[in-house]
Parts: sequence; C-alpha cells; structure tokens
Amino acid sequence: MTKVKDATIPTIPLQARLSRWFGRNLIRIYAVFGFTYLFIPVAYTFAFSFNDSGKSNLIWKGFTLDNWQNPCGAPEICTALGNSIKIGLLATIFSTILGTMIAFAIGRYAFKGRSTSNLLIFLPMATPEIVLGASLLSLFLVFQINPGFWPTVIAHVVFCVSFVVVTVKARIASLDPRLEQAAMDLYANEFQTFRRVTLPLVAPGIAAAALLAFSLSFDDFIITNFNSGTLTTFPKFVYVSAARGIPAQANVIGSAMFFLALAIVITGQLISKKTKVSK
Amino acid sequence: MSSILSKVKLPYLLLLPGFLFLFTFFILPIVNLAQTSTQTPIANGDTGQYEQTFRFANYIDAFIENREQFARSFIFAICATLLALAIAYPLAYAIAFKSGRFKNILLVLIIAPFFTSFLLRTVAWKQILGEEGFVVPPLRTLGIISESTTLTSTSFAVVIGMTYNFLPFMTLPLYASLERIDPRTMEASGDLYANGLTTFRRVTLPLSMPGVVAGTLLTFIPAAGDYVNAAILGNPNSKMLGNVIESRYFRIVDYPTAAALSFTLMAAILILVTLYIRKAGTEELV
Repeated sequence: MTKVKDATIPTIPLQARLSRWFGRNLIRIYAVFGFTYLFIPVAYTFAFSFNDSGKSNLIWKGFTLDNWQNPCGAPEICTALGNSIKIGLLATIFSTILGTMIAFAIGRYAFKGRSTSNLLIFLPMATPEIVLGASLLSLFLVFQINPGFWPTVIAHVVFCVSFVVVTVKARIASLDPRLEQAAMDLYANEFQTFRRVTLPLVAPGIAAAALLAFSLSFDDFIITNFNSGTLTTFPKFVYVSAARGIPAQANVIGSAMFFLALAIVITGQLISKKTKVSK
Repeated sequence: MSSILSKVKLPYLLLLPGFLFLFTFFILPIVNLAQTSTQTPIANGDTGQYEQTFRFANYIDAFIENREQFARSFIFAICATLLALAIAYPLAYAIAFKSGRFKNILLVLIIAPFFTSFLLRTVAWKQILGEEGFVVPPLRTLGIISESTTLTSTSFAVVIGMTYNFLPFMTLPLYASLERIDPRTMEASGDLYANGLTTFRRVTLPLSMPGVVAGTLLTFIPAAGDYVNAAILGNPNSKMLGNVIESRYFRIVDYPTAAALSFTLMAAILILVTLYIRKAGTEELV
C-alpha cells in the first residue's frame, strides 16, 4: 500500500505537469520552429559569406575574411549592386510621391469614382509579376524603346505605387479627425493644418511605405528580368551566376543588406518611441 | 465659390499624376498584350515579326500545348498557400497573443529575411537540400531516405521554396487581423464554458478571417505566376506556366503565345480570386 503510494505520487504529477507545460507552451514551441525555418537560409547565406571558396561557393572550405574585405572582388557584382540601388532609390521617390497623393485623395475625400480608383490600385497587386513584366516589355517594344535603366525604373514604380497607397491609406485611416478639427479651431488655415498636423502624423506611414517600396524594388527579379535588357541588377546577377555557382561576395552583400535594413528598422522604432515619450 | 470649386477638384488633382502613370504603364500595356495575343507570324517575315489577324485560336493552342504546366502552376500555388497558412497562423497567433514585450522585435524578424535577396535564399535552400548539404547525407546514413532519393530538383522542393518565399506575405495580414481581436471576446467565450478548441473555432478563427483571406491572396497570386523557384529548385518535369511564358518571350520570341498564356493565367487567377472572396465573404464561416 505505502509502496504503491511512493511510486505513483512523484511520477503522475510530473507527467501531468510536463504535459500541461507542453500544452501551454505548444504555440511558443511552434513559433520557435517557424522562426528557425525562416532564418535557416539567412544564417546559411551569412555563414557562407566567410567561406574561403574560390569561384563557386558550394562546399565549406575554411574560414576567411577576404570576401568581406573585398566585396567587389567578383566581376560585375558592384556594378549590379550600384544599378539596383539607383533603380531602387528612383523607384522609391516616384512611387512614394504618386502613391501618397493617391492615398490622400482616396483616404480623405468622398468623390465620384472612388471605388473605381480603389479597383485601379488593387489590380496591379492582383496581377502576377510575370504578366506585368511581359506586358510592359511588349509596350516598350511597340514604341521601339529599348529595355534598360529607365524602363526598369518605370516598371518598378508600377508595382510599388499600389503598396505605397495601401500603407499610407492605412495610416490616414487611423488618424483621429479631432486633431485636425482642433487645429482649425485654433485658427490654422487648411494648408497650415495639413503642414503642421496632418503631414507629421502621416509621416511614419510614408516612411514605412518608402522602405517597403525600396525593398520591393531592390529585391525584384521577374519584372526586372523582362524590362532591363542587358543591364544587370543584383538579383539578376545572382540568378545568372546561380547556374555556375554564386561567388561568396554575393553572400557578403546579401548579409550586409540584411543587417543594414535591420539597423534602419530598429532605429526607426527607437525614434518613434522617443517622440512618443517626449510628447 | 472658387474655394468650393477647388475643394471638389482637389481629390481629382491628387489622383491625376498617379492615374496618368498607371494608365500609361499598366492599363495600356495590358490592352497591348491583349492585341499581341491574337497575332500571327508575318509570312516570310523574320523571327519575332507578327501581324494582327485576330486569331483567337491562339488561346486554345497555347492552352492545350501547355495544359500540364498550367495545372501544375495552380496545384503548386494552392499547396504552397495551404502550407504557408498552416505555418503562418500559429506564428501570427503566438506573436499577437503570447509574445509580451517581444512583439515588435518578432514582427521585425518576420520581415527581416526579405532583406537578404530572395534569390540568395532560394539558392541557399538548393544548397542546403542538395547532395552536399547538411540534410541529405545524415538522412541517408540513418536510412530515412534511400541512396537514389534527392530533395532538390523535385516538385517537393519547388513547393517548399514557394512556401518559404511567400511566408511573410501570409504572416503579416494574419497578425494584423489577430491583433485587432479584443481579448475579452475570447475570455467571454471561456466564461461561457467553451473549451480552448471551441473558443478558437467559434470566436478567434471567424474574427481572423479577413487576415486569412488577405494572406492567402497575397501568397497565391505571386505563387501562381512564379517561375524562379521552379527554375532553381525544380526539374524539367516541374516547370510552371511562368517558365513557359519566360522562355516563349526570351528564347523562342513567340510573343503571341506568351501573351495568350499571360492572359489565361491572369483571367484564371481573377476568376478564382473573385469566387474565393465571394465565398469567404458571404458564407457562414462557423
């Protein structure tokens, strides 16, 4: 009798506790697996940026810092990177300006044709990239414009605009209208209200939209492949060299972009926290 | 008076530059693509020269010739969307309800892989799952997969690659709609003696449906038109419609077929999406 008690009391609660802990934390365990899945290729890319690989970066051959010290070491790679940055910046500027204007019109005013406008914004997002890219190339060919730098910028603006509109519109929708009314009550005219109240409040949304536009443009391959002709961009460089082995310098650039973007996002969050506190 | 007039005009003025741009570089190209799709080669002309003959049979020819790739595009895209939903939902749920003060950091981590070029990450998968990666040799030694089984150059790898690439597009809208749910609705359900599963099925899931719809669309649409994953991770028998369109354009210079295929793809996606939204929007979800 006592023996049985001794044997059962410590084991059952332990099992029960274990299974309860497991039940409670199942979703967290699952999330850890999810994040691991997301970051395996990122970690792999980072690790192989230190590979003393020679030409094709397939097998681990030893640790080196050479690739980080000489990121332009692979032929063409920095030209491609430069093109991607230039195209990304131009596409970001144009799409942010156009998209923000549209977002204000749709988000702020009731007017005839508003739902059609919404549809026109939704359609580019619902069109597969390959159709966007192929159709633009056909148009350029009809007008005998050679694919290259500017056609690529235009193509990028086309698919970035919708994402800018959606992001900025969400921010406008979350504004408290009383803030603007308060400014008007304090005798600010429409322009002053816009410049001193509305625009600063919407600014984080515009910044987020611009960051999104840049990362979409920088990472785009399919539409770029159709409209860039002989111009290389960074994703094109990776795709073309994938067949014969990607140089480790590409891993360096990919990892550097990752840390740079992370730094920008975290700084942005810290700034917005600070301004919230100081208010 | 003039101020009223300008107020009426203002939204249109704001829309004008953007819509002029979209009209020229989105609507016009699509119309032009429609025209191209019914053209035929000029008799005795060079390769790549076509004239308008309104040959609508181009569509039928293109579809019959590529029906396998067409079906594959949709099957792969649906598989990848469902897999991404299965992975992303618990992930988004954990971030929205179980992450405490780490919420913002975890959200940034969801987007962070974006910044390492998606091509680099896809190639990384190819090497990880490849013959010399760190997955296949241990599995072989353990006898889980046979000597002749490979993980890359398979349809399986293509679906895994697509699932991976579009996972953030699924997670973010799911998170946005889960985060908006008032936790008191879930507490109320518990107070009314619903267990965890019932609460999820009858309260959380229906309230998160807008996120499910947005996420599945943002994953399915690019996945159906994708050809990069199939090109890097697949084999000749796992080619998708995107691969066909790409090679018709660049290697065969067969613009009409490429245009007809693009249009068929877009129409099929639009029809599926419309049906899906209608069903998800009106049908009783519980």
